[in-house]
Amino acid sequence: MNDDVKAGVIDFERPIIELEKKIHELKNFTVDERIDLDREIAIMQDKLDKLKSDTYANLTSWQRVQVSRHPTRPYFLDYVRLITSDFIELHGDRCFGDDKALLGGLAKIDGHKVLILGHQKGRDIKENVLRNFGCAHPEGYRKALRLMKLAEKHNLPIISLIDTPGAYPGIGAEERGQAESIARNLLEMSSIKVPILVYVIGEGGSGGALGIGVGDVVIVMENAYYSVISPEGCAAILWKDRAKAADAAQVLKLTAKELKELDLIDEILDEPLGGAHRDHEKAAVFLKSSILTNLKKLLLVSPDERVRIRYEKIRRIGSFEEK
Amino acid sequence: MSWFGFPRWKLTKKRSMPEGIWSKCTGCGKLIYTKKLEETLYVCPECGHHIPLTAQRRIDYLIDKGTFCEDPWRLRANDPLNFTGTKPYKEKLKADQKKTGLDDAVITGSGKVLGYGVRIGVTDSNFIMGSMGSVVGEKLTRMIEKAIDERRPVLIISGSGGGARMYEGLYSLMQMAKTCAALGLLRQANLPFISILTNPTMAGVMASFASVGDVIVAEPKALIGFTGPRVIEQTIRQKLPEGFQRSEFLLEHGMIDIIVERSELKARIASLLDYLSP
Repeated sequence: MNDDVKAGVIDFERPIIELEKKIHELKNFTVDERIDLDREIAIMQDKLDKLKSDTYANLTSWQRVQVSRHPTRPYFLDYVRLITSDFIELHGDRCFGDDKALLGGLAKIDGHKVLILGHQKGRDIKENVLRNFGCAHPEGYRKALRLMKLAEKHNLPIISLIDTPGAYPGIGAEERGQAESIARNLLEMSSIKVPILVYVIGEGGSGGALGIGVGDVVIVMENAYYSVISPEGCAAILWKDRAKAADAAQVLKLTAKELKELDLIDEILDEPLGGAHRDHEKAAVFLKSSILTNLKKLLLVSPDERVRIRYEKIRRIGSFEEK
Repeated sequence: MSWFGFPRWKLTKKRSMPEGIWSKCTGCGKLIYTKKLEETLYVCPECGHHIPLTAQRRIDYLIDKGTFCEDPWRLRANDPLNFTGTKPYKEKLKADQKKTGLDDAVITGSGKVLGYGVRIGVTDSNFIMGSMGSVVGEKLTRMIEKAIDERRPVLIISGSGGGARMYEGLYSLMQMAKTCAALGLLRQANLPFISILTNPTMAGVMASFASVGDVIVAEPKALIGFTGPRVIEQTIRQKLPEGFQRSEFLLEHGMIDIIVERSELKARIASLLDYLSP
């Protein structure tokens, strides 16, 4: 784990990691040398906590994007393992193939039977080739829709975890109707009768994210982002330079905090201090508790009423002047 | 005005609606007598290229004379992100409002196609690349809701290379969900939606309302797809085959129903409405 963290270390995290290392060394030292340094360690621990909260309270948009892409950030299957039991993955779109970048299956969360689906990234190169870096093809979106219809038929709430840089831009994807597969999901998800809870757990990249993103509640994790275009794509359009992604991230207003301020999302989901990648278990506890709270609320409403409210919610979004 | 001696940038400047006695075909580059082009509905008599049209002209060509009634809503985009970049969004809006005489990239209204009553929305690729922000999403949604009230079929002609409008951030992305949700209600009401695709229809527009027509019609050789060809080439690091993402390619791959020449469009839409109208 430690080596992985080092491999994916982001610049602004370096002071935190160094301080952690020092505390770790000090702890080892007390054990080896049998000296009591508890007070010193406690002081350093306080300092570390303060450093973490100061650093993370003041991240720039681009730094949040970097955290959302952190190679050790928990992914879909990590959350499935940490918050569900009896997960049965279901495969294939029944048309073309089984997309390994967008997964789904039946699962139990604290006794609630649900359908959970989401994008899956890989941790290393080999796994990322398999997972296509979390970039789904049309068969992924069609599989998702098939499973959502299954969930609707059997009255299982849907939990959708978004984590994608975007839908895959390739020849096969176009040939098989990438645009249509996303559009179809937008139309269908707007009227599915069971509750749909949408969480952006990492990257919320444009249409590829929205393709499984229409729901009763849309919640973005503290260090996740959700954007109409990737910062790199935006920078390429504005300044003909993908390297200016940091500036683009700023103008796009893509962080959870900004989106909440604009009333474009329902909630921000807190992450453990220092980001979800630094404590998978705690991040999972937060996610699970949010799912259970929101699910309980949504289950109080009748299916028709839920669909009506969902429509009204989507219907309201827009910013314009009327003469 | 003579076209000799024009500085080069003026000649090459994209103009979908050339004025003057001579017009340049955006396909083959030949100069065509403008009167002739008007007769052919701006299809080049030399190469058959369908020159992009303004939304107004598309309405004029499709809707029976004197029957079009534009929706009265005057909506104008806010700048919710206070978007700055190379040029502030507000200035872009102003410039394109002046250039096109439109408030935003869509005209909506009602009218008749060879006597069949419809509700129609047409995007205009001259206004910020026909991209969809809050105004386009809202106007199309209202138009669809009206169609449900009045029990009329919906036609949408898309010409949008811009997809979801970047300058309004997530507001634009959510218009994709909004227009599709409204079309979902239209479907529940058993009313038809005919989607007409013109060059170009890409990204967030193609990945929303434009793709979910009960019948999807396209003009010949229109560029239609999700990701722009340049981005795909950069991603896969190879050249794309000839004709990739063109109407004929989509027909071949089962993504659209019919390719219709501009001169035939009105008659074809009327025939479809004959089958599908409530």
